[in-house]
Amino acid sequence: MNAQAVASPALKPKDYKSAAHPTWCPGCGDFGVLSALYQAMAQLGLELDKTVVVSGIGCSSRLPFFVKTYGFHGCHGRALPTALGIKVARPDLNVIVTGGDGDGFSIGAGHVPHIARKNVDVTYVVMDNRIYGLTKGQVSPTSHLGFVATTTPYGSLDEPVDPVTFSIVYGATFVARGFSAERNHLADLIVRGVQHKGFSIIDVVSPCPIFNKDDTFDYYKPLVKKIDDSHDPTNKGKALELAMSTSTDGKVPIGVYYEVKTPTLGERLEGLKRANKGSDTLDISAVLDTFKV
Amino acid sequence: MIVNESKELIIRIGGEGGEGVISAGEFITQAAARAGLHVLTFKTFPAEIRGGYAMYQLRASNDPLTSQGDGFDVMVAFNGEAYEMNKSLLREGTAFVYDGPGGDFEPENLPGVYMYPVPMTKISKGDLGSIRSKNMVALGAVAQLFSIPMERLRETIQRKFQKLGVDVVEMNLKALDMGASYVRSEIKKTDPYALQAKGVNSEDVLILSGNEAVAVGALAAGCRYYAAYPITPATEIANWLARYLPKANGVLLQEEDEIAAIASAIGASYAGAKVMTATSGPGLSLMSELLGLAGMIETPLVVVDVQRAGPSTGMPTKHEQSDLFLAAHGGHGDIPRIVLGAGSVEDCFYLTIKAFNLAEKYQVPVLLLSDTSLGIRTQGIKKPNLNNIQLTNRLTFNGNGHGNGSTHYKRYEMTESGISPMAIPGQAGGAYIATGLEHDEKSDPIYTQAGHSKMTEKRFRKLAHLEEEDFSAISWEGDDPADLGIISWGSTHGSVQEALVRLRSAGYKVAALYPHLLFPVPAIAIERFAARIPSGKILVPEVNFQGQFADLISAHTTVKPIKYPIYGGLPFNPEMIVNKVKEVLKK
Repeated sequence: MNAQAVASPALKPKDYKSAAHPTWCPGCGDFGVLSALYQAMAQLGLELDKTVVVSGIGCSSRLPFFVKTYGFHGCHGRALPTALGIKVARPDLNVIVTGGDGDGFSIGAGHVPHIARKNVDVTYVVMDNRIYGLTKGQVSPTSHLGFVATTTPYGSLDEPVDPVTFSIVYGATFVARGFSAERNHLADLIVRGVQHKGFSIIDVVSPCPIFNKDDTFDYYKPLVKKIDDSHDPTNKGKALELAMSTSTDGKVPIGVYYEVKTPTLGERLEGLKRANKGSDTLDISAVLDTFKV
Repeated sequence: MIVNESKELIIRIGGEGGEGVISAGEFITQAAARAGLHVLTFKTFPAEIRGGYAMYQLRASNDPLTSQGDGFDVMVAFNGEAYEMNKSLLREGTAFVYDGPGGDFEPENLPGVYMYPVPMTKISKGDLGSIRSKNMVALGAVAQLFSIPMERLRETIQRKFQKLGVDVVEMNLKALDMGASYVRSEIKKTDPYALQAKGVNSEDVLILSGNEAVAVGALAAGCRYYAAYPITPATEIANWLARYLPKANGVLLQEEDEIAAIASAIGASYAGAKVMTATSGPGLSLMSELLGLAGMIETPLVVVDVQRAGPSTGMPTKHEQSDLFLAAHGGHGDIPRIVLGAGSVEDCFYLTIKAFNLAEKYQVPVLLLSDTSLGIRTQGIKKPNLNNIQLTNRLTFNGNGHGNGSTHYKRYEMTESGISPMAIPGQAGGAYIATGLEHDEKSDPIYTQAGHSKMTEKRFRKLAHLEEEDFSAISWEGDDPADLGIISWGSTHGSVQEALVRLRSAGYKVAALYPHLLFPVPAIAIERFAARIPSGKILVPEVNFQGQFADLISAHTTVKPIKYPIYGGLPFNPEMIVNKVKEVLKK
């Protein structure tokens, strides 16, 4: 994030809340994520006019409407490249991307590795409910094998993807998992994600009480465990080991898995411009002359 | 020396992709331009990096040129394939320079053709020790045969290779000399062709391709974000801007696909930048959904489509004008957009700037159609005077009267013109959510009949007077009244221009209209033009099977055009137009 884009006087969480009423069902995990986001924004002191919340399509992608900042609710699966364009054009803005597991890891999955390896300085908060909710209950890329949904009446034939594992492998420089029911913990993760210089991704367990009867709050509560201080998030091998431990012991560690500091795309682009003596008043006539015979 | 009567010379060089056909052609072009001649090139090359037939043709003249011309005076064949591909075009009076003896073929006896065997492979491999010099040997021979100024050629070669070191320059110049000296000692020139060098190098002439002209036009228009994804034949636009955008504090990013490219371009435009992406048909197909988003959220965007032969992968290096329907109608729902067509290298520069200005003014996506022939053609053009270029910036929110984070700002305020002031993130009091959902003036989602109707009308109202406001001077030329009119778009323009001159000097009464605006169809200009053609005979030549522009004209005007579609992967030449006009007028 950018230190100069901080609000003054200090705003409270409710100051980030827009007049629009969330379009989510009662009991939806996304309410907790939204509250955590308000809380994090207040804690960070983000300036309303210097912040853009970007999303794609899906239940959770309606989130920008519920925040009082600038917002962009674009095409299904295209939130990350859209955010890339915004951040590159205006490095001074705080850019937060929100969306669901279908938007981010199915239709938009092809963009994740490239945003990660570019290390674009945006924070991606994924509300992962392991279901397509807006279309009323289809299997998602994070649904478990055998999951019964409208398009998989005999059970899903596909293994799920693990967003934390592949984000680490793709080169994301900040990878965390949160839980919608652990609001303060999640708010803290978002704060750390936004403060992180580079691409940060937070996969948030955010149950859908209507269409997913398997991955509920009650299912997750005994499985979720906070990552303790003994974990070294700068060690990529250990981070992967922790991420993959879910498949062996069934526990769901929440917290920061991995964080490393490398130059951001913005910093690299600034270097490129400097090296080329970038100027706002480039002499185009002289450039045309390079085509002279 | 015998000299041809014509004021021009057309030289075609053919060979295998990768053996230096294109670079040999470029050296002759540069030398001819440095000698003060007008130049226009025409190329075909294989889709593969190695192998396959590559061809480079140069037309050089004392007079300005608009097309590649008909046929050629001189053919240079580097191999048997080039010979086979062009055998039927070798007519009485053509000069034929070929690799022999010692090449991979022996030509038949061709009556009336001036035959000049030059052992390019043998000299290159045997005397110079490397087959890589073959094109330079050929170049030397051709220069000697057709009076291409050797000094200009040597300057060009020196300039091109100096970065690679003295040895490379020397090796190439030596190969050039060996080719030339072979001709001096072994060949008796009997043909009449010679380049009529003026010996003057006009200071104001630039040589560039259509793609380069688009790229430099974008830079001049204020483009500061370019989203790239490589695709033939549009890649050169990105290649050029990748070098120059950082010098202008701009950014070019190569992205993972065309969808990411257009999405990031829209994001950057939402954030206030002037943006562009360029592609070809397959890429534009992928971009269609996001094109609709740009139309819906009213964000300026320029998309260039350097069309190639489709559908699907089609013929990636071949010419076609078959993306007009996609550009005009592609995408779901009612999308406001503007489609422009470039007809020349000069157009590529000026229309790119125009595309940016229109995108900014109307807050819509603007598609600029170029095509293979135009994109890769190089041409000498007069250096643009940048003082005459006006740039337009979008109407922005002035920030008056609204508190911080206020919801009072109406991003899509109903205005008479349909154009609403756009807030840029960072502007106090301008916060709004750009959304692909139908929305009201404040950009809140709505699903009502009245709301969707009003907003759709607002988006299209912006373009209701586009033709009168921005295209009052659509160019036309010829007789008034005329017995036949031609409406042409894109690079077909050049062949029509030349055909018109020939037809009129032969006594035909003909006229032609060259619209740059393709969609919305410039109905006023077309109806006005049609009024000059009492016979109602209006011919629309275009390189696609369906007659796409002719269909758009039929749908949007009272004119019922006569379609003249060709669809073989090559552009029109003037002779085809001349013959077709004569045929139609006979009926």
